[in-house]
Amino acid sequence: MTSPLVSIRGLEKRFDLSGSLLEQITFEGGRFRRKQEAVHAINGVDLEVQKGEALCVVGESGCGKSTVARTVMGLLSPSAGEIHYDGQRIDNLERKDSLPYRRKMQMIFQNPYASLNPRMTIQQTLEEPIRFHHPDWSPVQVRDKIHEVMHSVGIDQDWGNRFGHEFSGGQRQRIAIARALAVDPEFIVADEPISALDVSIQAQVLNLLMDAQESRGLTYLFITHDLAVVEHFGTRVAVMYLGRVCELADTKTLFSAPRHPYTQALLSAIPKLEDDRPNHIRLKGEVPTPVNLPSGCVFHGRCPYANERCRQEVPQLITTDGGTQVACHAVEEGRL
Amino acid sequence: MALLEVKDLDVRFAVRGGDLTALRGISFSLDKGERLGLVGESGAGKSVAAFSILNLIAQPGYIAGGQILFEGKDLAAMSERELRRIRGNRIAMIFQDPMMTLNPVLTIGTQMVEAILAHRKISKKEARAIALDRLQKVQIPSPEKRLDQYPHELSGGMRQRVIIAIALLLDPEIIIADEPTTALDVTIQAEIMDLLLNLCEQENVALMLITHDLGVVSQVTQRMLVMYSGRIIEQGPTREIINDAQHPYTQGLINALPQMGEPGERLFQIPGSMPSLKNVPSGCPFHPRCNFATEQCKQAMPEYVRSGNVNVACYEVANLIEQEKRMQEAES
Repeated sequence: MTSPLVSIRGLEKRFDLSGSLLEQITFEGGRFRRKQEAVHAINGVDLEVQKGEALCVVGESGCGKSTVARTVMGLLSPSAGEIHYDGQRIDNLERKDSLPYRRKMQMIFQNPYASLNPRMTIQQTLEEPIRFHHPDWSPVQVRDKIHEVMHSVGIDQDWGNRFGHEFSGGQRQRIAIARALAVDPEFIVADEPISALDVSIQAQVLNLLMDAQESRGLTYLFITHDLAVVEHFGTRVAVMYLGRVCELADTKTLFSAPRHPYTQALLSAIPKLEDDRPNHIRLKGEVPTPVNLPSGCVFHGRCPYANERCRQEVPQLITTDGGTQVACHAVEEGRL
Repeated sequence: MALLEVKDLDVRFAVRGGDLTALRGISFSLDKGERLGLVGESGAGKSVAAFSILNLIAQPGYIAGGQILFEGKDLAAMSERELRRIRGNRIAMIFQDPMMTLNPVLTIGTQMVEAILAHRKISKKEARAIALDRLQKVQIPSPEKRLDQYPHELSGGMRQRVIIAIALLLDPEIIIADEPTTALDVTIQAEIMDLLLNLCEQENVALMLITHDLGVVSQVTQRMLVMYSGRIIEQGPTREIINDAQHPYTQGLINALPQMGEPGERLFQIPGSMPSLKNVPSGCPFHPRCNFATEQCKQAMPEYVRSGNVNVACYEVANLIEQEKRMQEAES
């Protein structure tokens, strides 16, 4: 196996909730105590993104998928763990040393209404990253590059002098994609890039992302909650629950033979066109808060197969015969 | 007679520089206990349609024509006072965002009791008992406790259950649900949809479900309407439309779903996007995006034609039906 383009090792991210030192101190039972609370957004995630693939990360709100995306991009610094790009550790680099990686790695955000600067014209929006990363380019080179990316995402060159608010959601997302492509990245992190769009526009943007992958040899880390999109778009899928990866497999394998009970429930919950009636696996309760993580397997409170061991011991990812990696005691013991 | 019958409804918004027509000639009916889906993309007018049934469209919007007959009485012509007796009582509504619908400074119990007392002359204690019963019906864990809790203490899925419980408080004939699960996660969405479906069946309540999700519509509803740019372009039994859509827009919408495509292949895509109300194209509003558009489509809005049990507004479909008829005649 070739070395991965991006590898995430033992990643953890906590967000402190307790505020300043003074706010942390409470008076309890005649003594002062210091209390700290944190949201455990990611709790030990290992992922490798191979060159040229689209690795999809799926999960429900609060499972930490967006935090993974932001930490990989260096928008958040990890609480523990490492991020490597092409063999080089990048999460601890100085600003100056990280610049080449910032060009190679670009991000597309969910909401194109928020991710475009309302005071910049489209021309300026697309120019800024090019001028920043290629200060030596001539104006003609910059202009040609902008025209090239505008053409490749299917936006009109005459739009250059207009502002973001003049465009519809789908057009804005095209502009956001053009901005990411403008500096010739190798790796793109797309955080729910089509969730804010209408069905007919989703198809357009998804096609555009697939074309760009083919023509530019891009590698994607694709964050989404929409499993139908994953099945269509992903090479491999990682299913996350409460900050951990519970299953990792080839898209085809995952959809045809899901192993983890959470994946099974998630798949059965997609409303399908063929079904007359909903017929899904019911889960007990709701996702617990990531402030107080459950002991053992994070899913045990909702899992129909949970036993004593699941309540105590954290399951590790094991590789099954089908090649699926799954973190579940029941699968490991052959109960499932 | 249908429970609710909407006839030729026109809704306009009076803005500077003239009226914008949000709904044009909308006609449909809803029978007792029937589940009807209203599908379309943003800007199609599906929410305006839902709101105008209870005459809830705010200024500068107004109903410019047509009738909304509920048990034979025209809601569009009713006074505010008469309408208030129907809203929440005979016809209940469920909105997309449960946090926006619930009052954050009142407990769940207070809000539920308030809604009952607005329509019924009963004691607070009796009202509280009804509230508790509905919370049990929506399968909320420890319902007694919930009555005294505030909305922020509940999770999103739980809040939407409370909203459904509130909609059921006064045993309505119709529930209008506007994107009730869009703000929720898939597993929670599946449960809420299940619940809504079962309750409507048990209590024989008619459901009008507004959504952009064709999967949900196909699972929950018996009939569906497809809207585009303020018009109904196709309506009929849900199964028939999902399996064999007639209108090019509906076909495109279904084929654009990732689950319809081969993994890794390009998806079918409808070019362009929905026109804004400010410049709706002449004739059939879909013609600039339609592969089958002819000169005729640019001239006038097509009339509805019947294909099987489905009503479609499309010249292309009309021509096909015409051709088939002629072939049959020629054969006989």
